[in-house]
Amino acid sequence: MLDGIDLDVPAGTVFSLLGPNGAGKTTTVNVLTTLVKADGGTVRVAGHDLATEPREVRAVIGVTGQFAAVDDLLTGEENLRLMADLHHLRADEGKRVVTSLLERFDLAESAQKMAATYSGGMRRKLDLAMTLVTRPQIIFLDEPTAGLDPRSRRTMWDIVRELVAGGVTVFLTTQYLEEADQLADRIAVLDQGHLVAEGTPDELKRQVPGGHVRLRFSSVAALDAAARVLNGSTVDDTALTLQVPGDAGVKSVRALLDRLDEHSIDVEEFSVHKPDLDDVFLALTGNASTEAIAQ
Amino acid sequence: MSTISAPLTDSRIMLRRNLKHILRNPVTIFNGTLMPVVLMLLLVYVFGNAFNVGERYIEYATPGLILLAIAYGLSATAVSVSSDMTKGIINRFKVMNVSRGAVLTGHVVATMLGSSVAIAAIIGMAFALGFRSPATLLDWLGAIGIAAATAFATAWLTVGLGMAAKTPESAGLTVVPLLLLPFVSSAIVPAAKMGQGIRQFAEYQPFTPIIESLRGLLAGTPSGGYAAAALAWCAGIALVGYLWARATFSKRA
Repeated sequence: MLDGIDLDVPAGTVFSLLGPNGAGKTTTVNVLTTLVKADGGTVRVAGHDLATEPREVRAVIGVTGQFAAVDDLLTGEENLRLMADLHHLRADEGKRVVTSLLERFDLAESAQKMAATYSGGMRRKLDLAMTLVTRPQIIFLDEPTAGLDPRSRRTMWDIVRELVAGGVTVFLTTQYLEEADQLADRIAVLDQGHLVAEGTPDELKRQVPGGHVRLRFSSVAALDAAARVLNGSTVDDTALTLQVPGDAGVKSVRALLDRLDEHSIDVEEFSVHKPDLDDVFLALTGNASTEAIAQ
Repeated sequence: MSTISAPLTDSRIMLRRNLKHILRNPVTIFNGTLMPVVLMLLLVYVFGNAFNVGERYIEYATPGLILLAIAYGLSATAVSVSSDMTKGIINRFKVMNVSRGAVLTGHVVATMLGSSVAIAAIIGMAFALGFRSPATLLDWLGAIGIAAATAFATAWLTVGLGMAAKTPESAGLTVVPLLLLPFVSSAIVPAAKMGQGIRQFAEYQPFTPIIESLRGLLAGTPSGGYAAAALAWCAGIALVGYLWARATFSKRA
């Protein structure tokens, strides 16, 4: 299912694997975390060969999967204690680690409640906290924010940034370009098991022309006037809208509106469209992502 | 850190986890312990007098009910094993260098502890209903040994069934044959009274020697032949269950 994937992740950085559902992100994570054997190729994680030294690899990695892997019938604290015990921490050391993680992830209040009663965001936090009990050098986060509300997503991003600041290497998979953009030092785009691009977020976005500003006018006359002023824009007569390509930064938007003002053209509505995963796929593969086709 | 005692320590941690699960999900205790007792009341008070078994029915039925007490606890184990496998938690254990067998051993030991409680309840109930036994202490120890071997063997087989099941719901159903087999053995009525074909099946299926050896021990007339056959069956079932569970565990990501 995966084909010819060649990745190099420097320690202490965030690497993001970006792709739609079914692209092979989870499979990649499963291979890298020793859960699934690759049928060919070599992978070294933290200097250890996956095929010959899986134990050494497991000793330095942590994984938080797409679906929170917490024990529903145990309390938050018991879940963390379970990890500490399985990692063979001394009792007092384990207690200390558990207490500090509960504090750090804002779970102290719910520590005595069963994980089954936790909200989605709390489960993810508990899940990640469980991963951190073992102090991994490399953390794999498989779609850590899928299905989370915007606030929980921000919290998760802050946590990832803290981890990296502490010297941890993070391998992150996501469907959201914005998430990869926010967190990653390097991004690889995966489509149907193939890598279609790799680079820094800026390098990648330069290849993506999807960003634009959309303007709506109250009359065809205003629309035509605006189209004459703004070269390179796309006119939609029926919707009375104009798409102006651009990076949607404050400066360029202000300049754009100033120009319309100079020509006394009234804009009825104004929206900014940031490039998203579909734009990336359109630009890189010439196809919409498999998901967009499904829709 | 990774010493020889690691598998033991990990198994103990897993056992503690499984016992917490059982205590927090009291329905499983109800199923495993109360159902056999209810069945005993039904058999002894409602049906028992209609069966002609050549002795008092409570004495005849108790060994078979010990087996049923073991069997009724199994579906909870299958469901629990399957839940572990289908939820993400198993992958967490797998990427943590947890001793491979610990998850399985934890389930087996927890199941055996559950069986002990159910067997104690059945024997207590039997005495309350007038069960009397001339068995010596040695006979009792032998009976406990056979029951423990049976619980051990069926627990491993059930862990294998739970491992192989696609969903926890279907896992619960996979143990139904184990619940039905005692009825087609000498547990409730003697095999000799069954029809052609069924009788041969009842005589040769594994539960019959187990029940007959228990019956002999509890009646104070132990039979070496039945005991040997019972232990051989248990060893075979345990081995198959163990190998199957291990293989399925390594295969499933």
